[in-house]
Amino acid sequence: MSAPLVRSPVHLAVSLDGAGRYDPGYFVELARLAEQGTLDFVTLGDSFAKPGLDALAVLSRVAPATGRIGLVPVVNTTHTEPFHVSSAVATLDWVSRGRAGWSPEVSTSEAEARLFGRRPAARAAELWHEAREVADVAAKLWDSWEDDAEIRDAPTGRFIDRDKLHYVDFEGRTFSVRGPAIVPRPPQGHPVTVVDATAAEPRAAAVRHADVALVRTQDPLAARTARGELRDRTRAHGRDPERLRVLGSLPVALSTTADAVELAGLIGDWHEEGAVDGFHLRLADPERDLALLVKATVPVLQHRCLLRRFYPGATLREHLGLARPVNQYATAGGGRHERD
Amino acid sequence: MSATENTSATKKQIHLAAHFPGVNNTTVWADPRSRSQIDFSSFEHLARTAERGKFDFFFLAEGLRLREHKGRIHDLDVVGRPESITLLSALAAVTDWLGLAATVNATFNEPYETARRFASLDHLSGGRAAWNVVTSPDAFTGENFRRGGFLDRGDRYTRAAEFVATARELWDSWGPDGVPRPFAHHGQHFSIEGKFGVPPSPQGHPVVIQAGDSGEGREFAAAAADVIFTRHGTLEAGRAFYADVKGRLAQYGREPDDLKIMPGVTFVLGDTAAEAQEKAAEIRHQQVSPQNAILALEQIWGRDLSAYDPDGPLPAVDPDPDSALVQGRVKITNALEIAAKWRALSEAKGLSIRQTVIETTGRQSFIGTPETVAAELDAFVQGGAADGFILVPHLTPGGLDDFVDQVVPRLQERGAFRTEYSGSTLRSHLGLRTPVWKG
Repeated sequence: MSAPLVRSPVHLAVSLDGAGRYDPGYFVELARLAEQGTLDFVTLGDSFAKPGLDALAVLSRVAPATGRIGLVPVVNTTHTEPFHVSSAVATLDWVSRGRAGWSPEVSTSEAEARLFGRRPAARAAELWHEAREVADVAAKLWDSWEDDAEIRDAPTGRFIDRDKLHYVDFEGRTFSVRGPAIVPRPPQGHPVTVVDATAAEPRAAAVRHADVALVRTQDPLAARTARGELRDRTRAHGRDPERLRVLGSLPVALSTTADAVELAGLIGDWHEEGAVDGFHLRLADPERDLALLVKATVPVLQHRCLLRRFYPGATLREHLGLARPVNQYATAGGGRHERD
Repeated sequence: MSATENTSATKKQIHLAAHFPGVNNTTVWADPRSRSQIDFSSFEHLARTAERGKFDFFFLAEGLRLREHKGRIHDLDVVGRPESITLLSALAAVTDWLGLAATVNATFNEPYETARRFASLDHLSGGRAAWNVVTSPDAFTGENFRRGGFLDRGDRYTRAAEFVATARELWDSWGPDGVPRPFAHHGQHFSIEGKFGVPPSPQGHPVVIQAGDSGEGREFAAAAADVIFTRHGTLEAGRAFYADVKGRLAQYGREPDDLKIMPGVTFVLGDTAAEAQEKAAEIRHQQVSPQNAILALEQIWGRDLSAYDPDGPLPAVDPDPDSALVQGRVKITNALEIAAKWRALSEAKGLSIRQTVIETTGRQSFIGTPETVAAELDAFVQGGAADGFILVPHLTPGGLDDFVDQVVPRLQERGAFRTEYSGSTLRSHLGLRTPVWKG
């Protein structure tokens, strides 16, 4: 089955990854710039093995200093506790008032395993299987509180209706979680799951769990093929492919305004070919490239009506045109608080 | 202790911290002024209030499993809270001076990741991070984690001590040349090696807090902590505790000032003493709802007492010492003794179940006019019973407003509390030395 052609607008995201910055002001300025360009979200990489701050904490620090931009940290699922992952991502969604996402990654290296001393290094296939389980249990924990669980009913003295809190009783290959979550269901229901689906193992995770799949390629035909495959496999897993956004992940270096205008042309071309739903731009030098992108690429795209001029919504799901998920535990008549 | 009058120049300074209202019945959620326990605006309000009052730090507790009672989730108190480091990273954006203390469990975390997260918070806040190290009591909490299972009491503290020591090794592992040096730690609980991913943070080591009054807790604090979060008692009990803990420091080569003793306290203010007492009684009445009174009794008795009338007499049956009725709370070990005490009180004063619970639990620490509360707090500190206080307001998020507006100025007038922050880091607010680099 071939995928329907991509419609406007283009979804745009940028990576803020760069060399060794530790001052919060740097990240705040970049995120504000991305917000000025009405981008959907920024991503920030994370690795235990390379120098850098905890990405989720950085974007949490950025959250109150911004108002609309989506915030998507990479979160390693190999050496962390799934329960903590779920709590931290839910909390990022609370502090950003519904702008959080997360991008699961795995650590295959022996060097990273030795930093934890808890389990030996393992193969990507095994660790991505575990990452899928982490994504699964995270969604269950986010749903373990129904949206209207807090009742504050003075006559009966009850703060919550405990029938609206649920044990998840998850049994994975390498871990189990009883639940419920300690954090109430986050504003977006589920923060947005972004998976770099370039390689086979994470692609298998993306078709099951991703709201946004990134595909690293510089060839629009390859991107279009990947998008078609992702959508077909998503459907095969019983999910609606209209609820998956596939973004081409491109390395970008802009030294002049001409480069930035050329990028707008490339984005327009890919879009016309129906290759992808949008782009995740991996900037070589975020400070330089993002300024040019916002100054010169964005206005061209806006002029061609390929990019919004303002944010019509407040949450990352709204930017992406993704519905707030129905709670998997909600009792009969559940979903009455869901909006589409 | 000197009998001469302290002048403001030399007077011992009080340290203050603000505890976000927690998931227990100190927090009154049924009051019309009570707001969300999870919206960021509530945390922002309380943190900004504390910073307006020149507080040393803001404190967040942690829970890793919802409490249960009679095999079901406990529903009478506030339930649910954010993950603390993530929340404090966000608060760093809306405050400039206030210290930010996160409770993070040493049983269900690993040193590399925890050291990295606190170093990150310290960078993101410009040197305002603190880590309240706690240990977990039981397999009940473990059901949410990879490691599952149970550590017995002794192991909990040896793991926590080795955990903190390992974190300090990581924080010290970068050379003065700004290059990470390989570390290797091989101990009883952790065997790890590699390079630490975060350069030295503004405080070098985030401030370490230890919560708990047990013998192991005191020893751990004396060896490794900068602040001890203790329970409040009388002035005499406070003095004894203070002397005991400060006395343990020398054997670790530390000075008495290297560890700040900060009891968690509650307060009620009124325009007159009588009004304050009246408000205090009213708050206790709100805190102990009829349902909460039965629950408090069940926690002691370890039995289902739902058939009892909260306005009636105490049960004649004795507590069950082996009960597993309550999960996720500190275990009560002297139930028979407490029950006997409560019965005696109830009989002597003719009190119902609810009245008995109100009378025996949760009496506020400081009740009075702003003037008398300021004087009492000052007396505790000048009298060698504390270095300061962790204030636990009963209302979210406005519970600290009156204290900051009315008590703080009086502490300042007494020369016992700062009128401006003099440094930018939490270590500086607390008067703690920069840790000696042991790289």
